[in-house]
Amino acid sequence: MASRIEILNDGGFRSDGRRQYELRDLAIDLSQQASADGAATITHGLTQVMVSVFGPREAKMRSQTMHDRANINVEVSVAAFSTGERRKRNRGDKRILELAATIKSTFEPVIQTSLYPRSQIDIFVQVLEQDGGLLQACINGTTLALANAGIPLIDFVCAVTGGVHLTAPMLDLTLIEENDVPHVSVAVLPKTGKVTLVTMETRLHVERFEEIFRLAGQAGKVIHAEFKRALRDRTTTLVGAMGAGPRISAEEEMEY
Amino acid sequence: MRLMFSFAPFRPTNFAAAALPDDDDEMDLDGDDVAVNSITLPGETITSSHAYMRGHGTYVDEEQVIASVAGTIERVNKLVTVRAISTKYNPEVGDLVVGRITEVQPRRWKVDANSRQDAVLLLSSVNLPGGVQRRKLESDELQMRTFFEEGDLLVAEVQAFFADGAMSLHTRSLKYGKLRNGQLVMVPPMLVRRLKSHFTTLPCGVDLILGLNGYIWVSKHVKQNEQEGEEGFDAETIYSNRNDPIDESTRSAISRVANIIRVLAAHFVPLTDTLLLEAYEWTVENDTDAKSLLVEDVGDALVASVART
Repeated sequence: MASRIEILNDGGFRSDGRRQYELRDLAIDLSQQASADGAATITHGLTQVMVSVFGPREAKMRSQTMHDRANINVEVSVAAFSTGERRKRNRGDKRILELAATIKSTFEPVIQTSLYPRSQIDIFVQVLEQDGGLLQACINGTTLALANAGIPLIDFVCAVTGGVHLTAPMLDLTLIEENDVPHVSVAVLPKTGKVTLVTMETRLHVERFEEIFRLAGQAGKVIHAEFKRALRDRTTTLVGAMGAGPRISAEEEMEY
Repeated sequence: MRLMFSFAPFRPTNFAAAALPDDDDEMDLDGDDVAVNSITLPGETITSSHAYMRGHGTYVDEEQVIASVAGTIERVNKLVTVRAISTKYNPEVGDLVVGRITEVQPRRWKVDANSRQDAVLLLSSVNLPGGVQRRKLESDELQMRTFFEEGDLLVAEVQAFFADGAMSLHTRSLKYGKLRNGQLVMVPPMLVRRLKSHFTTLPCGVDLILGLNGYIWVSKHVKQNEQEGEEGFDAETIYSNRNDPIDESTRSAISRVANIIRVLAAHFVPLTDTLLLEAYEWTVENDTDAKSLLVEDVGDALVASVART
């Protein structure tokens, strides 16, 4: 099964110059987006996803309200310019609906929905650029946007894709690697090491599974550290700005 | 968001934090102490659940109190809470809120008040035209839209809570009711602190209503005696949908104040009446109009001059 592109060359480098276990560049932007309660833009190499979170707020459709917990609504839209060939995908696309359903089921056990009965949490995912690891980017972006919106989470969810080329495991696959190599997406809760999502669309040898699964768990911890750094920076900035209040502070006013 | 000014360290704003330094507190004797006022993130362990009780923004797993939101740790005696830095409005009884009618239902209105659920305004908790003492009639139920319609803005007070946590509002005061002659500015609710009075008048002829839910109403100043009308209650004006004539200078003052609030909110500066007044004076001194305030450099300069650095 010789493909035109060398997935892993003799020197141990991949097509984009990374080593086997090397992750792509990770960029996180947590700044405010218009009227969203929380937002995040995450970039894994050339995959970019923007997530906006609204809520908890009154459910738009009464049929969706649940009397004991909040309803999570996930909508994914893929920009026509996000892929190599320009292609319009509409909302009813089966792949997109499946992606949204996967994100929803990943976050249902993580968000403390029981604190917000009869409410709804809307998660809008915009895919801006695709170069492999789409599900991973969507999940990572959603975690950060939810945390940024102040929605109570059990833990961060850190997702990463792993694949096996011949017998060599690799992490964080690009699109060309994903097309050639059997791969698996894993989402972990780093604190407990629990796994909330494992999906595979290709067939992977059972003896290779455990190794790549374990590696993905470790990679999740690395991504977790980046998440924490980004969110801590953002929170510190906001707390600092809150402290820089008016010149006449409450204490001084009391003296008059 | 870029912040161009330097930050002061977070100063304690609540008595729990202020009470921290007394060292002979018996709580401090056991090893796992709570790092009050420090920043925590979801999934981070704060302390042991044996020594402390869990409050908002935390949960207990394997005998540990763990944060579930990003924010600052606070402690009141044995209760540990995490105050999320950005979150929806958490109502308390007596809070003043500004809201927008979203739905008219039998004997009640649904009001969007930036909370986790829409608030409820019962027909029995509004002042009906024709005197404060007037009782609710069946005909009132049929013409509820003559009082409040979908999209109308109002100022109200949180009266009570329903079993599911939704808040009930009331407008049974002459200060409360329908809003007109101005514009709404929405800011994160964290930025509106509890003040002595949430109704403020700036000397530039602008009235401000700082809703604790982060909705701020900026409007033309109405004189106290005009507001009350004859016999203290004027049915025509209280539910009117029509603006009074507003002159050019008042209009520009309103938009200037609204933009000042937007700029301060974008820099995450907590709003108070004194701060807004100072900011307005700054714009007058520097001859800054409403439009140029939204230029990033001007906004940064404004924040740098009025906020404590």
